Amino acid sequence: MTRMFLKSKKLPIIKILIIFILIFINFKNVAISSTFSEEQTINITKNLRCLICQGQTIHESNSDFAESMKKYIKSELENGKTNEEIFSLLVKKYGQWIVYDPGISRNTLLLWSLPLLLFLIGGAIIAKKIFRKI
Amino acid sequence: MQFLEKTKKSIFSLFILVLLILSFFVFKFALEKEKIYSPKITDEQIFTDFEAKDLIDGKKINFNKVLFGKNFYLINIWSSWCEPCKDESDKLLKLKKDTSIMMIGINYKDKNKNALNFLKLYGDPFDQIFIDKQGTISINFGAYGVPETFLINDKNKVLKKYIGPLNDEDVFEIKKITNN
Repeated sequence: MTRMFLKSKKLPIIKILIIFILIFINFKNVAISSTFSEEQTINITKNLRCLICQGQTIHESNSDFAESMKKYIKSELENGKTNEEIFSLLVKKYGQWIVYDPGISRNTLLLWSLPLLLFLIGGAIIAKKIFRKI
Repeated sequence: MQFLEKTKKSIFSLFILVLLILSFFVFKFALEKEKIYSPKITDEQIFTDFEAKDLIDGKKINFNKVLFGKNFYLINIWSSWCEPCKDESDKLLKLKKDTSIMMIGINYKDKNKNALNFLKLYGDPFDQIFIDKQGTISINFGAYGVPETFLINDKNKVLKKYIGPLNDEDVFEIKKITNN
């Protein structure tokens, strides 16, 4: 009798457990898929300048422009665009100024090469002084 | 020795004076400079392949289908909550009289009821108005906010971009382009 009772009690518990596990798996999948795109959106918006704010990224800003930009980026990611594709699309629309990490182009060549040039010149001066002493 | 000390002091004060005069001119010219920043746009062709709702009848239309039959299209991004948009409404009504231009409005992050009231109050210069609730259409155009105006030709090429409200000079410039 007690065995029968236990059996009948166990069954709903197992059923409930299975339902819980299924719900958990489902929620986990939803959570994983949404955080992935959220993370990607943040990665992009952190590298974009809010053009109407003072020294803020799109990620930090709550301005109308930044909010629209976040929605635009999300929709482009949903359409299957990659980070690079989104960056180049926005550079086409707003110019190089929108990205915090401008690529090497004719306009930014000096920007990229100047630190290296200064480093080499500085190194040469130091080396010259050291060798003169020796 | 005392003479050397005196010359050092006078050189220092001269240096400070020059620095002050220099910074005065830097600030003077910086403050007088136009505040609106408009970067050089490499994408001359405007993005037109998208669907949006019409403000009047609520139907979804492809933007490309609207761009038909005129030589020029004036796209104006506006909103009922935008104060400068009220100032430029009479300029847009002036441009509406130009038959070579189709006037297209993009209603930016607005409530339909407020937008329609705005048009009743300040006049409706538009042939077609699209709703941009999320602000993403404006981003597609490369816009910053409201008000903003683009003059494009029949090949979807951006001829002029105006950030901020249109003034009489802008109206004159647009008319000059469209009448040539």
